[in-house]
Amino acid sequence: MKLPIYLDYSATTPVDKRVAEKMMDCMTLDGNFGNAASRSHRFGWQAEEAIDIARHQIAELINGDPREIVFTSGATESDNLAIKGAANFYSKKGKHVITVKTEHKAVLDTCRELERSGFEVTYMDVEPNGLLDLKKLEAAMREDTVVVSVMHVNNEIGVVQDIATIGEMCRERKIVFHVDAAQSAGKVKIDMKMLKVDLMSFSAHKIYGPKGIGALYVRRKPRIRLEAQMHGGGHERGMRSGTLATHQIVGMGEAFHLAHLHMEEDMKRIRTLRDRLWTGMQDIEETRLNGHTDSRMPGITNISFNYVEGESLIMALKDIAVSSGSACTSASLEPSYVLRALGLSDELAHSSIRFSIGRFTTEEDIDFTIDLVKNAIDRLREMSPLWEMFKDGVDLNSVEWASH
Amino acid sequence: MAYSEKVIDHYENPRNVGSFDKNDPSIATGMVGAPACGDVMKLQLKIDDNGIIEDAKFKTYGCGSAIASSSLVTEWVKGKTIEQAGEITNTTISEELALPPVKIHCSILAEDAIKAAIDDYKSKR
Repeated sequence: MKLPIYLDYSATTPVDKRVAEKMMDCMTLDGNFGNAASRSHRFGWQAEEAIDIARHQIAELINGDPREIVFTSGATESDNLAIKGAANFYSKKGKHVITVKTEHKAVLDTCRELERSGFEVTYMDVEPNGLLDLKKLEAAMREDTVVVSVMHVNNEIGVVQDIATIGEMCRERKIVFHVDAAQSAGKVKIDMKMLKVDLMSFSAHKIYGPKGIGALYVRRKPRIRLEAQMHGGGHERGMRSGTLATHQIVGMGEAFHLAHLHMEEDMKRIRTLRDRLWTGMQDIEETRLNGHTDSRMPGITNISFNYVEGESLIMALKDIAVSSGSACTSASLEPSYVLRALGLSDELAHSSIRFSIGRFTTEEDIDFTIDLVKNAIDRLREMSPLWEMFKDGVDLNSVEWASH
Repeated sequence: MAYSEKVIDHYENPRNVGSFDKNDPSIATGMVGAPACGDVMKLQLKIDDNGIIEDAKFKTYGCGSAIASSSLVTEWVKGKTIEQAGEITNTTISEELALPPVKIHCSILAEDAIKAAIDDYKSKR
């Protein structure tokens, strides 16, 4: 067994070998290296064709139209283009945007930017299970609401929001509905013919494609319009200028194609591994699963271990690559805002671990992980005065701590 | 976070983990920190009639540096008088463990734990 074991598939995934091979064919002199915008020779036509195939492959996975796919540099850019692009385009209708406190920073920070340019943004709370209360969302919708942005699968806790119902609510009110699907594409069924979603962000590297490429789905019927954020040669129907990165796009296409072929069996296997992991972890006292138990994507399991400190826990788990409930975006240890939004205390958020399982995870990996975590928790609790007090029946909330 | 070898050694092989009976008159207990701050240290000293620290034990909820600081302190205080133990400063602890600036508070907490234990000892007399 190769250590450390990779259990951070929600952060990124390795590129599938089949994907890498396709990408290699699009780079060198003897490969498909042309510029898809070159209309006057074969090199350009070949590149355009390869990109067209990729567009179809992506559209196929989500049951959309290839003409609804706009290539970007990744989900972050897609989120920016969708939210700023739609809000600004429709700003004559109103200047109110709704999103959720547990969204990815790419959405939250984009909304902050809109606030600086005169928009009003409502950041919805979630219920303790991580899901939106749709009644509350409905109550927040106003005459001047132009965009609602809700992620499909949460990247930290894996809960799946009800985008079908939210789509209906938005369509009724003619509000543009954007969904960040970076964590759900290829893992949860997405059918754009059924869903009333207007804009959807995708990333390639979360499903065994390369980093640095993503897409934004932009609905044609009813037609959604955007203000471009990147200006230049008018590529992607003017919505996103810049020479198309053939190798990246071909890689993304192949990754989405493989996901389309194998999603069902892949997810069945991942679900079995997830159940095995959670069954093992449940034996440990004072642990809790974060987020709704059923409405979740099986690849992500977020567990809090009470009475152990987060950083020492990560140190003890150095043989597995996992994410902690501390913000990874800053050098300082801030508790995860997603877990805080579920109502977890700072200390419980810190001692939470996200295990994310993927295509190459084995049963052996999971069994090793269960043993490792059990031993680490035992060892740290043996050392923890809080665990000792808890075991002696002391209510830790009643203790007057000498803060420092 | 890059930890020094000494911190990792204390973290992986902590010295003197455990508890004494806090009601025993020869036992001095110092508990400092708060769960919300991310570290709680409990240091216990077993002090003989001559004021010499015979034994020491700790339990710590905290990061690797906090565990290492408290583990180190239990080694250092043994055999010292309570006056000598009271002279141990956070700078000597942080120098010994080569703590990075963001972890200096762990050594301060360890110093505070010794002082709290000594106060407890004095109040019991």
